[in-house]
Amino acid sequence: MATINKKRQLGRQVSIVGAGLSQFGAFPDKDTRDLFVEAFQDMVQSIDRGFDIQDIECAYVGNYSSDLFEHQGHTAPIIADWLGITPIPVTRIENACASSGSALREGVMAIASGMYDVVLVGGMEKMTNLPTNDVTDVLATAADGLYEVPAGLTFPGIFGAIAKAHMDRYETNLDHLLKVAIKNHSNGALNPKAQFQQTVTTMMERRMARARERGQTVPDYKTDMDFLNDAQANPWIAWPLRLYDCAPITDGASCVLLVSDEIAHNFTDTPISIAGIGQATGKPLHDSDELTSLSAAKAASQQAYDMAGITVADIDLAEVHDCFTIAEIVATEDLGFFAPGEGPRAVDEGRTALDGDHPINTSGGLKAKGHPVGASGVGQVIEIYHQLRGEAGERQVKKADPTVGITHNVGGTGGTCVVNVLRRES
Amino acid sequence: MADEFNSSAFYNKLREEKKLVGVRCKDCGHLSPEPRPMCPECHGSNMEWHPFSGKAKLSTFTCISIVPVKMAAKGYGRDNPYCTGIVALEEGPSISAMINGVDGTNPQGIKTGMDLVLDVDDLDEESPALAFKPA
Repeated sequence: MATINKKRQLGRQVSIVGAGLSQFGAFPDKDTRDLFVEAFQDMVQSIDRGFDIQDIECAYVGNYSSDLFEHQGHTAPIIADWLGITPIPVTRIENACASSGSALREGVMAIASGMYDVVLVGGMEKMTNLPTNDVTDVLATAADGLYEVPAGLTFPGIFGAIAKAHMDRYETNLDHLLKVAIKNHSNGALNPKAQFQQTVTTMMERRMARARERGQTVPDYKTDMDFLNDAQANPWIAWPLRLYDCAPITDGASCVLLVSDEIAHNFTDTPISIAGIGQATGKPLHDSDELTSLSAAKAASQQAYDMAGITVADIDLAEVHDCFTIAEIVATEDLGFFAPGEGPRAVDEGRTALDGDHPINTSGGLKAKGHPVGASGVGQVIEIYHQLRGEAGERQVKKADPTVGITHNVGGTGGTCVVNVLRRES
Repeated sequence: MADEFNSSAFYNKLREEKKLVGVRCKDCGHLSPEPRPMCPECHGSNMEWHPFSGKAKLSTFTCISIVPVKMAAKGYGRDNPYCTGIVALEEGPSISAMINGVDGTNPQGIKTGMDLVLDVDDLDEESPALAFKPA
């Protein structure tokens, strides 16, 4: 354990100068490669001074399971071919839902090592071709296949067990969880790339309108909480988690262009520096010291904060891995925004909303933006990139001049966590 | 090789001996319900089989309604959720396990901290799963 606490520095500084996201959603006719090309073209457009695609020297792409979702392994060279960048080296990184978080880390280290100056990193996942039960099975392969899966645990199940432990230990209740979903859908409603660009209230009104059109009994919802407490509208997935506690199944891709700091201003006047990176592993939940915290998230954030020379007080906003509502609450505690057990109250008090003191998941999070698992880590980085450049449009954080943002990307149920500190250098 | 420390041996012993048999590190005493060839604490490889008593307490749980394909084949689903969770074994370590003998449709009635015992009554011969039931 001693070695993970050692303060580490990059050999040289690395910046992001372009960011691209495909539309997130369900696209029956698009394959992984098509989604990645869409994200790449969006990234090329985003680079203020433009660039020559042939300047990319190396790439890392995060992808969890094209093997099981699409029966396609060895995805990296296909991406290289579809982008027209062969023969440069492209490597696929698999770390479950933290795949592109880890891909970004590899890209940063490739530049910091001095070997490359211009590196493409991204991620992609095509998930919606399979029925839900099969997707559940594919996602479960990121848990321990010998000792968790045979016990009947699923992904939502493991986070359901974490939620139950949090409810037992603290004053957390089901409404706290749903308030995370309401907040993230409010943010997602402002994100043109999101899978669900609707508030929970809008979805409630649509359900009532549909019943009216069909001549069915119109549900008597007074508030969005009434809607979310209706077992028909919001069925149980893995008690105490319901449909609206879970991130959706999504197709999508993301990518950013990393360059060495020395050349960053050739691309833009406003590069965003990767000030700190951290990555850690954790054990299965049954072997973890705590049932209400992810030890990998604590270790990864400490590494990243130390490298950047910041404390949590310096952080203006965060994108955290809300694969489930409880995961966002636990993340805000693990990252140090709130003391253990205080996360639920912070949601209640609006502290994590767009205009709160700790805005969390301004993009809509995985919950509303969507969760194409291999694309999500870099997707989070892209939101922070836009927020720090003041170009997040309607969902721009209300606090003036944000300069430091972090991302928290979890693989599996905490087996991997990647935390990045992004900073706009003045 | 029946004496190798791995998951096949774990499930074979569960099926044949009707016991949860894990390993103990002879060097540092670390207990692991999952048979491992190397101790994760002291990194020694001086392991021995260690039968656990089968007594445990329920640490946390979930009741699953959207089920894996394998559990759907056993009749579980939206109308018949099953309970699974983490149990703290009497000897200290914890392990993931099915929780039988409780009502998955009424999670409020399932209490963490309750006493459990190993349940080997209805082991699936093809793919045995670790299960506990109320003591």
